[in-house]
Amino acid sequence: MDLSSINPVVLIASIMVASTPILLAGIGELVVEKAGVLNLGVEGMMITGAIFGFAVSVETGSPWLGLLGAMFGGALISLTFGILTQYLLSNQVATGLALTMFGLGLSALMGQRYTGTKPPSFPKLDIQVLKDIPYIGRMLLSHDYMVYISLLLVAAVWYFLKFTKGGLILRAVGENHAAAHALGYKVVRIRILAIMFGGACAGLGGAYLSLIRVPQWTEGMTAGAGWIALALVVFASWRPWRVILGAYLFGGVTVLQLNLQAVGVNIPVAYLSMTPYLVTIIVLVFISGARTSAPASLGRVFHASH
Amino acid sequence: MFQLELRPNSSALWTAVTPVLAVIATMIAGGFLFAALGKDPVEAIRVIFLDPLLQPYTRSQMLVKAAPLILIAIGLSMGFKAGIWNIGAEGQFIMGAISGGAVGLAFYPTQGAWLLPLMATAGALGGFAWAMIPALLKIKYGTNEILVSLMLVYVATNFLGGMVSGPLRNPEGHNFPESRSFQDYASASNPELFSGTGIHYGVLLMFAAVIVAYIIMNRHILGFQINLTGQSPRAARFAGVNPNVLIAVTLGISGALAGMAGLFEVTGPAGKLTTNFPVGYGFTAIIVAFLGRLHPVGIFLAGLVMALTYIGGEGAQFVLRVPAAAISVFQGMLLFFLLAVDVLSNYRIRWVRKEHS
Repeated sequence: MDLSSINPVVLIASIMVASTPILLAGIGELVVEKAGVLNLGVEGMMITGAIFGFAVSVETGSPWLGLLGAMFGGALISLTFGILTQYLLSNQVATGLALTMFGLGLSALMGQRYTGTKPPSFPKLDIQVLKDIPYIGRMLLSHDYMVYISLLLVAAVWYFLKFTKGGLILRAVGENHAAAHALGYKVVRIRILAIMFGGACAGLGGAYLSLIRVPQWTEGMTAGAGWIALALVVFASWRPWRVILGAYLFGGVTVLQLNLQAVGVNIPVAYLSMTPYLVTIIVLVFISGARTSAPASLGRVFHASH
Repeated sequence: MFQLELRPNSSALWTAVTPVLAVIATMIAGGFLFAALGKDPVEAIRVIFLDPLLQPYTRSQMLVKAAPLILIAIGLSMGFKAGIWNIGAEGQFIMGAISGGAVGLAFYPTQGAWLLPLMATAGALGGFAWAMIPALLKIKYGTNEILVSLMLVYVATNFLGGMVSGPLRNPEGHNFPESRSFQDYASASNPELFSGTGIHYGVLLMFAAVIVAYIIMNRHILGFQINLTGQSPRAARFAGVNPNVLIAVTLGISGALAGMAGLFEVTGPAGKLTTNFPVGYGFTAIIVAFLGRLHPVGIFLAGLVMALTYIGGEGAQFVLRVPAAAISVFQGMLLFFLLAVDVLSNYRIRWVRKEHS
């Protein structure tokens, strides 16, 4: 075993790439939960996005159209969740699970034609001046565009929730849907939009896996990333910036164990592969001790009775 | 324009009728799905839902497939009723199979009638212990049991991989990552008890679990506490229900049942521990629990329906060349439709003219 063969520059660079899918899905779910909806179907929306993005980008040859397709796919499938929970008032936990199962099945069905295909490659931030900065250049400034877009998205969500009227309304709906309704806000409509935003983000996260990180299509390739994204939101105590921290922490654990596997640490691969999930549990335990800051109406059914 | 009006009590009639409606809606939507895949929809529905009922072999297979689903779902339903969400039954199923299987393999090649009961106990304990992790974390720290139990599924899957390529690997198995075959080890195997029926010990246990669960839920104080907590946690506290005990009991029961289901599956139909051993029964059981309305008898019927889609699905793969994934789409749709029609049992639909207030 030779730990010195792990290059810290490459390590940090790969952490950024490994964290991006859960960061995208996590920030989307944060908005959904801020609106008072608990969508446990992130895994299903991610994998749907992964196959939609893959299929569109293979068929059109354009990775950007692929990402659009992924957002569309994720939003579309999240709409079924939205209609069921918001109009038909179904239990959010059960519906989220159904969404995950349905998404996993649907993606496997759609993806059969695409196993073994290679998607068109994705453009990278390729600015010679930036790349030549020692260490920093390779570590932070030479990734694909999506890494930076995901960070910008977090900033945008933070700004939206904190400084805009729309953000204020969304938070009001999540904190007290009855009061928001009494004030004349369309609780159901706002929640549907939030759910679709979450779906689009999760789809984008899934497509990042199938188009950029891996890049190929395999059945069930999200392998729990959607669930980790859900844990991220709890970890972040529903604060956008902390989602980045959490995502990079989880991404770090994943990359570190992959690196340890590669250098041949004397621990069987199976046990190393457990670590991201174990770390998630440990982090959840630590977080749950803190004062909860969950939106007050989270997961509760809203029915405007007259 | 229609309005939903909350019913004071959920309608008993609709509660019974809606699962049937959901199955019919799934058949119709499934027909469209198969048509989209370029298959004859009528033929597909016939192969999946009717053919398995007509042949004695597939009929006996229904009990084999349904047994683990029903066993797990019975346990899950108690927690779900009380608002305790054990989503990680798949992990408890795997850990039950590993721990029970390991006990059996430890005695290889000793024969004795005591071995299988010992293994079943170990399997139950394995599943129980695995379910106690989310239970204790929830009781002590208030950690979300949904996420913890689910994360533990991935841990268990990896643990299984480590076990079958390490300590539990068949020493005479040419280094394949799999355990010894339980079917070749008479005392540790879970055979078919009556030839041609598919009934094995797990099926008998399943029947026992349905009956015991029915008694607990309808006649025992525990069932009362579970129902009360589900309807109003606050009222339950005033009635003297200790929520922590309820968390431990419901998660413990479902873990133990899932563990035993895993043990009887690995020693019976599956035959040996491999990385392909878990096929998602723990997740499908969640659908079964809901389809059965969290009621023991309903779960029994729902388990049979779900087993039918599994067996019919295998038939469809073979006869119609439909991909295996089509069946999980089918099952996902079933849960969707079920949740959608649920609105009818909890709400009354009123048609009202749109008025301007």
